[in-house]
Amino acid sequence: MDILTWTYLIVGLTFALYIGIAIWSRAGSTKEFYVAGGGVSPLANGMATAADWMSAASFISMAGLISFMGYDGSVYLMGWTGGYVLLALLLAPYLRKFGKFTVPDFVGDRYYSKTARLVAVVCAIFISFTYVAGQMRGVGIVFSRFLEVQIETGVIIGMVIVLFYAVLGGMKGITYTQVAQYCVLIFAYMVPAIFISMMLTGNPVPQLGLGGTLADGTYLLDRLDGMLTELGFVAYTDGSKATIDVFFITAALMVGTAGLPHVIVRFFTVPRVKDARKSAGYALVFIAILYTAAPAVGAFGMYNMLQTTSNQPMASMPQWVNNWEKTGLIGVDDKNGDGRIQYAKDPAVNELKIDKDIMVLANPEIARLPNWVIALVAAGGLAAALSTAAGLLLVISTSIAHDLLKKSVMTGISERQELIAARLAATFAVVVAGYFGINPLGFVAEVVAFAFGLAAASFFPVIIMGIFSKRMNKQGAIGGMISGLLFTISYIYYFKFMNPAANIPENWFMEISPEGIGTVGMIINFGVSFIISRFTPAPPAHIQDLVEDIRIPRGAGAVVAKH
Amino acid sequence: MENDKKSMREYWRRNIRLLLILLGLWFAVSYVFGILLVDEMNAFRLGGFKLGFWFAQQGAIYAFVLIIFIYVWLMNRLDREFDVNED
Repeated sequence: MDILTWTYLIVGLTFALYIGIAIWSRAGSTKEFYVAGGGVSPLANGMATAADWMSAASFISMAGLISFMGYDGSVYLMGWTGGYVLLALLLAPYLRKFGKFTVPDFVGDRYYSKTARLVAVVCAIFISFTYVAGQMRGVGIVFSRFLEVQIETGVIIGMVIVLFYAVLGGMKGITYTQVAQYCVLIFAYMVPAIFISMMLTGNPVPQLGLGGTLADGTYLLDRLDGMLTELGFVAYTDGSKATIDVFFITAALMVGTAGLPHVIVRFFTVPRVKDARKSAGYALVFIAILYTAAPAVGAFGMYNMLQTTSNQPMASMPQWVNNWEKTGLIGVDDKNGDGRIQYAKDPAVNELKIDKDIMVLANPEIARLPNWVIALVAAGGLAAALSTAAGLLLVISTSIAHDLLKKSVMTGISERQELIAARLAATFAVVVAGYFGINPLGFVAEVVAFAFGLAAASFFPVIIMGIFSKRMNKQGAIGGMISGLLFTISYIYYFKFMNPAANIPENWFMEISPEGIGTVGMIINFGVSFIISRFTPAPPAHIQDLVEDIRIPRGAGAVVAKH
Repeated sequence: MENDKKSMREYWRRNIRLLLILLGLWFAVSYVFGILLVDEMNAFRLGGFKLGFWFAQQGAIYAFVLIIFIYVWLMNRLDREFDVNED
């Protein structure tokens, strides 16, 4: 069978599976819609969290980013996994004990303030929309490259699928489709990785293959260092970013991860506090399988690419180079007319243009794997994008129906009406996300830095202080959130949108890039909250009791039963 | 009642101590071994890896998983000891 038939078959089967699960797990109450009824097993929740968290960017782009950044790519590896330690130790168990539906619920109740709740709602909606737009675009791109349909058609098909199971099933539908999507995406990622690792290093475990030897007995990483330095690049295992910047970016990504609302709400779905703890551990295990394979895929990809193209005659390029040249992901331009490809750091000499995404997308072809593996990668990319999109859409719909309508504007609505509102809000969110998928803002990648920066500078500190400081009051929390947000937004806005030409290390505050500035925003948030809270009255006694209560696990079930 | 309060304070104190130790580990494997001391660590090797590079791209992630499961195990024990567990 040819690639296209295989792709239609495999993608079609996975979509049928997602729809089947959605019909089987329809939500009948707001509790099922928002938190899947609170009865998800920790293992299933771990898998769902992993799929929720790993987006089109993790699946398609991350390995490629690492292959071009080498050591500097570690910021993504540590940053996007280390946040789970913070979640497990500092947030998940306590928020589960608190036992409500959303992050703004916690902020609003703990700080006994509608203003605090509103700031939280706006942040949650903004963070989720910026993220979801990128996912819908990812869906469109996978469709256009593998299924040969227009990006627009691809986005619309993706919208219909997500609409179907997010609107019908709510969190319940999303949870069980995410479990299925995790299985699809991890299988699709690991199969090519294992094959390529065997080809290059003879070791079937890519994580070990990365430290393995090539056919001639030299270590892969040593060879890669040598090849790159010869071409004028920094060695693969050395970085070119300042140490302080690596430190702050890693911290911003970790703290941002722990503050992302669509990740946090997943821990509201398990029955007990101890399940929330365990579930964070399972989630990280499932994420780590992909995240420890990604640096191997990146290094293998770079080695293969250099081996195939660098200083080789243009006439003898393998078929995959021609295939991907058509999509514009590879571009060859023989500037000096010697009939060979020169890959070099100097843009005047460099003759090879490669998109980072190729390291994952073209992997099966580079390794000459069977057609069904290529189809599998398409299904995996779609699973990664759809699962994340669904999680984000749910946060948006919950924020609108529960936090804005039910808790702020129309407090009198019944549960049935709230459920209808949630479904309408989810539909609205899908349509908006689809619109941005078809008409992308030119700066989706820049906006992601925004999302992490905002989560790091707002939610993370405010939740931590809500749990670990009984003295923290609403004045402190609101002041901290607003100052952290304002600082982070202005810094990113200035360097990314207002004056991008000035976006160089010499101009940065202490050499910290806009990607890492969320860490500084977080420190400002902590500092300002602390100072303000010391000069304003302590929170009322019932709030202090609430804090005492969320600190002990016993009675978690009872809190949920009150709904 | 007074006894209860005292025991809860002790429970919380032990919890915080455990958190600080585990977060110290978390900080060491990523920020110290993988970033701040990466060049010094790279003088050592782990098979085909320079050690600092290994921590930054693989080791820290394995350690994170271990840290969470150690936390789960010790916290469940602490919950039972202070009789605040859920079952």
